[in-house]
Amino acid sequence: MSLKRIDLLICCGSGCISAGAIKIKERFHEVLNEKGMTNEINIIETGCMGPCDYGPVMVIYPEGIFYKKVTPEDVEEIVNDHFMKGRPVKRLMLQDDEEQAISAKKDVPFYQKQVKVALENCGYIDPESLDEYIATGGYEALGTVLTTMSPQETIELMKASGLRGRGGGGFPTHIKWQMVHDAKADQKYYICNGDEGDPGAFMDRSLLEGDPHRVLEGMMIGAYAMGASRGFFYIRAEYPLAIQRIKQAIAQAHEAGLMGDNIFGSQFCFDAEVRTGAGAFVCGEETALIHSIEGSRGNPTPKPPYPAISGLWGKPTVVNNVETLGNIPTIYRKGPEWFASMGTATSKGTKVFALTGDIRNTGLVEVPMGISLRELIFDVGGGMVGDHKFKAVQLGGPSGGCLTTEHLDVGVDYETLKEKGAMMGSGGVIVMNDQKCMVNVAKFFMDFCVDESCGKCSPCRIGLKQMYGILERITNGDGREEDIDELIRLGEAVNKLSLCGLGQTAPNPVLSTLRYFRNEYESHIRDKACNTKVCLPLIHFDIDKDKCIGCSLCARKCPVNCITGSRDEKYTIHQLDCIKCGNCQEVCPVKAVGRIPGMHPEMIAKREADKQRLASED
Amino acid sequence: MTPSNQFDNALYERLRAVIAEKKDLQNPVIEVLRIAQEIFGYLPIEVQEFIGREMNIPVSKIYGIVTFYNFFSMKPRGKHIINVCLGTACFVKGAPRLVQMLSDELGIAMGETTPDGLFTMSAVRCVGACSLAPVFVIGEEAFGRVENKDKVKQVINQFR
Repeated sequence: MSLKRIDLLICCGSGCISAGAIKIKERFHEVLNEKGMTNEINIIETGCMGPCDYGPVMVIYPEGIFYKKVTPEDVEEIVNDHFMKGRPVKRLMLQDDEEQAISAKKDVPFYQKQVKVALENCGYIDPESLDEYIATGGYEALGTVLTTMSPQETIELMKASGLRGRGGGGFPTHIKWQMVHDAKADQKYYICNGDEGDPGAFMDRSLLEGDPHRVLEGMMIGAYAMGASRGFFYIRAEYPLAIQRIKQAIAQAHEAGLMGDNIFGSQFCFDAEVRTGAGAFVCGEETALIHSIEGSRGNPTPKPPYPAISGLWGKPTVVNNVETLGNIPTIYRKGPEWFASMGTATSKGTKVFALTGDIRNTGLVEVPMGISLRELIFDVGGGMVGDHKFKAVQLGGPSGGCLTTEHLDVGVDYETLKEKGAMMGSGGVIVMNDQKCMVNVAKFFMDFCVDESCGKCSPCRIGLKQMYGILERITNGDGREEDIDELIRLGEAVNKLSLCGLGQTAPNPVLSTLRYFRNEYESHIRDKACNTKVCLPLIHFDIDKDKCIGCSLCARKCPVNCITGSRDEKYTIHQLDCIKCGNCQEVCPVKAVGRIPGMHPEMIAKREADKQRLASED
Repeated sequence: MTPSNQFDNALYERLRAVIAEKKDLQNPVIEVLRIAQEIFGYLPIEVQEFIGREMNIPVSKIYGIVTFYNFFSMKPRGKHIINVCLGTACFVKGAPRLVQMLSDELGIAMGETTPDGLFTMSAVRCVGACSLAPVFVIGEEAFGRVENKDKVKQVINQFR
């Protein structure tokens, strides 16, 4: 940190990097060099600022001006007009509904309902600088805890805050700590679960990349409370930057004496190392994760014994999620009452969500617990993209469920979501418009779970496979009347009989879509029709003779030559040969080719005939 | 004991050094396998056998680990690995169509390698760039909002 005229904060979260943030940063260095202004402007690479859809984004202080979708070509203009002449570039600012440019970051609607606790520094400080973390109050909480509080007092304070695990289960953090605190052992371990496997969730990654010292401080406070002297960060191999940042943070903390022996002059000694995952969703489950650190297959084992009693190498172990740890320093700095004043009766504080799907403001947000889905999706998320209507929202990843329009006013907390058939999960929120087929979405999640099942217990290994088979049959047009009941029966069995959380929750996407979108399953089965035109076997292509101009382009582009006709007669698709590649629709200059829901009657008749022929041959 | 000579002995020597360096860590076998995959490009049985002998671990256990984790491959892979994101956000935004377009462009199915050894197409579960969905990653570079065949061709041609 040096004193310079302007601080230029460039978001280098994964979304913005994919959108080209690094090229922009390099361009800034070039231009500032050319103009000899490098000693006036501080270029800081920050972690994720949140509004990934506007990426690459940047904020310029002291004014706090927010620029979106910046390209390398814009850099010179920013330097010339904003830095040199003091005239911010309006063109790069966000426009509100009245086409007014919104200049300040604090006025951007995306940020207005957000309350940042875990993400407090994310997108605000340089994650590679220990000094910047300390300047925002970092390690103050650890110092206070180590010098003025006993371990039991530390746990009591955590209890008063009401913090619950942010990884999905929502287990009260203080109970885990107390259990390990009470266990007698020569060695205790603290594990940070950074194996963020839920597709559509990237908050742990953003936190580790954007504010690694916060996670480290949270771990040390917890470790002191329960008497652990060694910690492990278990992070997915897919997150190389997160791994690098946390390793760097550990090294910096060592160097500054914030880690190692007798921290802050107390008796507390702590050291941590990083272990990388190797791509297995089930390793997010705590017993599986422990086995993976031990160097084995990540198979879960039955609980009890709980890891708090017998965990890593048989020693008492706490496994906490990254976001949980990210909340801890602020709770100790601002007090448990402050934290507990946010949220609902049973779910305190804030929660980070990753908004994705057919929503305008995709990105990372942090909101108070209890916020309604409507506020989350339409106010913070900015509503739906394009003209399509909201249909469903999927919460909690492959273990979660889908909610619909009728649930929009439901408050987001652990209990309410569970009761409605979804779950908090790690916080992935996937918003879907009315063009999405819910049967197909359920099949997607089932495919995921079949693939990721570790295979140890049979309800999960075999049951999910059977469920997937039924879903495949339904989306292929071979669904049977009894399939819906069978899916429910299997789903409930897998839920009750599986060993670990993966199997127990894997049927949720199917069961919740059956609960709220049963009619879609029925139309797939009975009418052989996918009304959203997603499941290819349940639609057909047809040419509107009134629109067709007889140009023959479709016939020439058809890979199976199933379109015939002439300029006068117009063109026809021979349904039995059509492979539904969609080429004809793409090339038609007058949009005469349409996707029609439902299997073509000729196809239905042919399949019937084939079936009868097979039966008679038998 | 000298391993069969499909690979240069120098590669095995590098691996031997890595094993020696890691031997004081508690249960480093997954770390060793990861580095072995970096050295050899993949983990054929003979490399697994070598690690088993050097670390004094049954090969069956190593095989169990290699087949459990998605990160490890027992088949040779191409020079460029195309990781197509099949996370939920990408799925909702049309990942299946993206897979089809890539497959048409490269002439291979998911999990296969092109005959010239240039590309392997594989699936990943979420790369955390959901705002750019549908996304695929080659090396460290992510390509987002890939919505038509021309764009696919253009990206692939950069690597040909």
